[in-house]
Order: sequence, then structure tokens, then C-alpha cells
Amino acid sequence: MITRRGLIVTGGATLLAGCDAWSGSPVLLSAEDAHRYLQRSINGRAALAREFRPEQRSPRFRTNGTANPNTPEYNALAANRFADWRLQVGGLVARPLSLSLAQLRSLPQRAQITRHDCVEGWSAIGKWQGPRLETILRLAGLRDGARYIVFHCADAFGQRRIPYYESIDLVDAFHPQTILAWAMNDAPLGIGHGAPLRLRVERQLGYKHAKYVMRIEAVASLAGIGRGKGGFWEDIAGYEWYGGI
Amino acid sequence: MQVYRHRLITRIWHWVNALAVLVMIPSGLMIFNAHPRLYWGNYGANFDHAWLSLPRWPGWLTLPSTYDLAGARHWHLFFALVLAFSLLIYLLWSLANRHLQRDLRFRRDELSAAHLAGDLRAHWEMRFHDPEDPRAYNLFQKASYALVLFVLLPLLIFTGLALAPGMWPWLADLFGGRQSARSLHFIAMALLTGFVVVHLTLVILAGPVNEVRSMITGWWRSPEAEPGE
Repeated sequence: MITRRGLIVTGGATLLAGCDAWSGSPVLLSAEDAHRYLQRSINGRAALAREFRPEQRSPRFRTNGTANPNTPEYNALAANRFADWRLQVGGLVARPLSLSLAQLRSLPQRAQITRHDCVEGWSAIGKWQGPRLETILRLAGLRDGARYIVFHCADAFGQRRIPYYESIDLVDAFHPQTILAWAMNDAPLGIGHGAPLRLRVERQLGYKHAKYVMRIEAVASLAGIGRGKGGFWEDIAGYEWYGGI
Repeated sequence: MQVYRHRLITRIWHWVNALAVLVMIPSGLMIFNAHPRLYWGNYGANFDHAWLSLPRWPGWLTLPSTYDLAGARHWHLFFALVLAFSLLIYLLWSLANRHLQRDLRFRRDELSAAHLAGDLRAHWEMRFHDPEDPRAYNLFQKASYALVLFVLLPLLIFTGLALAPGMWPWLADLFGGRQSARSLHFIAMALLTGFVVVHLTLVILAGPVNEVRSMITGWWRSPEAEPGE
């Protein structure tokens, strides 16, 4: 028998299920480009994220995502305090590089106390130090056609052990606060926070700040990397590639 | 007596805004479920002191109905643009056509204690319209519409913008830090939800068919014209 209550419940459930199905519709997804365009137009491409004083830091900076890649290769590198680790820089570059931690430390450094904003809603403030990504990209020399910088990581996340990666465009790659941090709060980066090297791209959400960076690749297109959406969480869960919102 | 009560721009904005609010509250609750704790200040995470820590909202209140932070953000960030730009257009338009100045301005005599008490008694007796001028909003109506238009909706928009790491850094500073902005965003949402509940209750008490029709066609039948009165 069809009751009014039954109709309302069924109708409501159908409507909700319908809405759930629309969550990934192209119309909704178009908002990402609109926000990116609006933010960069009114905020400026080179606008700096807020920097804080040392006493404004979080007393305890929680870890998130992978806490330890824990692969045989990574454990061997960690056991030797990453003395044998090398950052590979390749793809569309004139001079592919292989850089040790000591070499990264000897480049001009930038230190910044910034707020890390997780997509989940929490924030933590910490100090990060390392060379600017721009310095490294200029050493390698981007070739014509390079549009994105991809960061390949040592960790594989989730039950299916899918390799973590992230990507940013050249606007953020050459931003003054975009650094490759090897130090956090005046100490070498801990394993929980991405040792030996993590990306800091301060005007975007936490998932963009790739940890355990092993290789940097300059590419013309994100298609063909992972599932083509530009990052681990973008591929797996559908998070926005532009993490400024 | 038929009264032309709501102009086209008001009617369009009302329904666009209603849809945006209807999407943004449930999708916002889903986003909240990803970290159901609120803090004051610039930072705030699991080890820091939360002033409010709630259980997760049930699926029938959230959009999407099962845990999906990415999907909720798609809904929320799309309708954020709808909400903000429709409000901007509506407010500018309503300044230009003098809707705000004419219908929402408090007159001095309305603010007297006697008038306030009279309005309160009229509400209690479910008389919502001045028979002398049935088109006019009463004082509480004006106050609540002004609160939504000039305080709650702008506060929701700007605290929401302050949460975006790519947005102006001073915006988060203005609210006392990003986590304070997040707390204020939540409080403003709770107040707006309160408004929606009161608003819908009063629509039902005042005669839902007549009220809803007036927000669709613009034409409202004043109580004197109701049959049997």
C-alpha cells in the first residue's frame, strides 16, 4: 500500500541517491576552474601566504597520510640517514639532475613559518626550510612545452598500495614560497612529515604538499601519469587538482 | 484584495538562494564530518583544544549521504559561487530599485516600546499583517530579513572564503585566524538554519498557499480578501 509517509521516505531517498550520483557531474566540477581563475585574478599570482612568528607555531604538528613509507628501498635509505638518497630531476628539462641532500642544503635557502591547511578542515603551523623549487628548475632548465611539475614519492598509500604523486602548474612552481623542505621546525624533516624532502606549496591544501619526494618531472600534460588527474587523491577520491580552495 | 508583493528579481533570487542554502548546509555538514571539531585561532588539530567537538552528522542530513569529502566539496564550492554572486546581484539591484530602502528600513515610530509590544502581541495572536498597509513587512520580519541579507549570508561567504588557502591572507586575520573563521562559519550556518526553521513555520502559519504563490507569481492576497473573513 502506498502511504504518504512511504512516498515521502521513498521520494526523499530517491532524491538523495540522485544527488549522490550528481556529485561528480561536470557542471559541479567546473567550479574548480572558476575558483582558480577568480583567486588568481583578484589575489594576484605572486601573492604570498601568511607567514607567522615562531611563537605562533602549533605546539604539536600532527602527521597525516603516510606516516612511514616502510618499503625495503626506503628503509635502506633511512637507515643511512638518506646519505645515498638522490633527488632526480627530469622530464622536459635541458639538464637532468641528480641532487644529494648536501647539495640541496648548499643551495640558497628559504625558511618560512606557514599554516598547513588540511582538506579535512584542521590547520597546523610549522617552520619549513629548503631551496626554492624555482632555483632547482632554473638549474635544470625547463624546455619549451613544460607546463606542469610532477612530484613522484617513495610512499604507496592505501590498501591497494598506489604510489603517491602530486603536480602543480608553473604559476605555483615559480612562486617564491614554493620550496623543497628538508627541515621542519629547525630539525631535519622527520619520517612522519616526509623525510628526506617534501614539497611546500603554501597557497594550496595539505594533500598537494607531496612527502618523500624522490623524483621531479617536468611534463607538458598530466595525461598518462597515474589516472591522469594530477595527483594521488585527485585520482582516487576526486579532490580538486587546484587546492587553493 | 490582490497585492503585488514581490518583484521578479526578488522572486528569482529567493528561489536561487533557497536552492543554494538547501545544498550548502547538507554538503557543509559532510565537510564538517571530515573533522568534527572546532577551534579558535590560527591553528587547530587533533592535539589542540577544541571548543566544540560533535559526533558526525547522520547520512540523511548530509550531501552526499555516505562519507564523501570530495563530493561534498564539489557541491559546496559550486553553490558557493551561486550563493555569493546571486546575493551580490540581488543586493545591488535592490538598492537600485529602492526595495531595501523602502521595505527593509526601520521607521523611528516602529522602534518605540509600545510598537514593539504591539507587534509581539500581534505575532502571538497570529496576525502578521497590518490591515492598514498589508504590503508592508512588520518589524520582526524586517529585522530577520536584514539579519540574513546583511549579516548572516555575507558572514558565511567571507568566513568561507577565509578558509581557502589561496585567498587573501588578511581575510582569515580579520576573523581571528583560519580556525576562528571556520568556527564562525559553523555558527553562522546554525543561525541561518534557525532562520529557515522560523521562516518556514511562519509561512505555514500565515497560509502556505498564498505565501508560496506570492513568491512565484508576485501576487499576494491580503487576509481581508480570504473567503469567510
